[in-house]
Amino acid sequence: MTNVAVDLGTQQPSLHTHMHEAVAVAAGAAHAEGQQHPIKLYLVVWGWLFVLSACSYLVDYFGLQGYLRWSLILLFMMLKAGLIVAVFMHMAWERLALAYAILLPPVLVLVFVAIMVFESEYTHLIRVLFFASPT
Amino acid sequence: MAETALTTPGQSPARAAGLKGVAADWSSDQRAFKNVSWGKAMMWIFLLSDTFIFSCFLLSYMTARMSTTVPWPNPSEVFALEIAGHHIPLILIAIMTFILISSSGTMAMAVNFGYRRDRVKTAVLMLVTAALGATFVGMQAFEWTKLIMEGVRPWENPWGAAQFGSSFFMITGFHGTHVTFGVIFLIAIARKVWRGDFDHGRRGFFTSRRGNYEIVEIMGLYWHFVDLVWVFIFAFFYLW
Repeated sequence: MTNVAVDLGTQQPSLHTHMHEAVAVAAGAAHAEGQQHPIKLYLVVWGWLFVLSACSYLVDYFGLQGYLRWSLILLFMMLKAGLIVAVFMHMAWERLALAYAILLPPVLVLVFVAIMVFESEYTHLIRVLFFASPT
Repeated sequence: MAETALTTPGQSPARAAGLKGVAADWSSDQRAFKNVSWGKAMMWIFLLSDTFIFSCFLLSYMTARMSTTVPWPNPSEVFALEIAGHHIPLILIAIMTFILISSSGTMAMAVNFGYRRDRVKTAVLMLVTAALGATFVGMQAFEWTKLIMEGVRPWENPWGAAQFGSSFFMITGFHGTHVTFGVIFLIAIARKVWRGDFDHGRRGFFTSRRGNYEIVEIMGLYWHFVDLVWVFIFAFFYLW
């Protein structure tokens, strides 16, 4: 019984290291070529970034106001940010462990945003109530 | 995961005594980012921390703008320019945006040619990126000069809420500093690429290590991040 366990214990690591090496080699090869994408891809993304920037500029140029303006600004902003991170920064081809480690924490900033929205509404209310000029 | 599960307490290898053992334990096969070099992982983590810095700036700007009872100056008008007799809103910022996006495009292509070990094209594209970045900083200097001449100060401005000036100088100033440092490092690394450091395995003068073309990608990560931050500044400060 103990013999078998020891045998397994000694065999498994070597098998594992083999597998690990194979995986590492494969990953390495995929990585070296993985970040070699056709130039055309970058040019297409570049073009899209130009189009999206032009769109967000036109939002201001045509003087759109209110919720339409804000949602369009946010939409174009998120699309641009996504393209830059995914393609230019190669996040689309990185392992999920890295993508989650880097991309999830900034999302939590939204909690901070919510807190500060409440805070500034409160400050605004107090200012209106107590510091509004009587004129 | 599987490997961790296989290890039983009795099998853990002997460690050196004292601090050496501590160092060995902390460095023993505990890699979270399997196929990413430490340089790239550290750049990503630095960028994450930088994200929080810029988030705080934009948040403080949001708080100032939401809580003030004085009307906020209209950025569309503040950053308008008279070009050939035409009054064009926000045109300078739009041009700056296009310049920075173009620099990101050339940087992405530099990374690509770096991995193909095309020394000359990589260096040239990096220098083009640096030139576009320098142009951006130059236009920002112009913009600052124009606004300061018009009387914008961190504590007052002619058009409305006083916090406009402090938010503006803080956010664009920090971003411009990032661009400036990016330009300096781009030139430094383009010089190394041009000289063939990564083809001949020349050792760095500071680290005494041999570099490789991955440094171009790491530099690219920083540069794209600068562009990314501008996307948010453009949306929240200039367009909102």
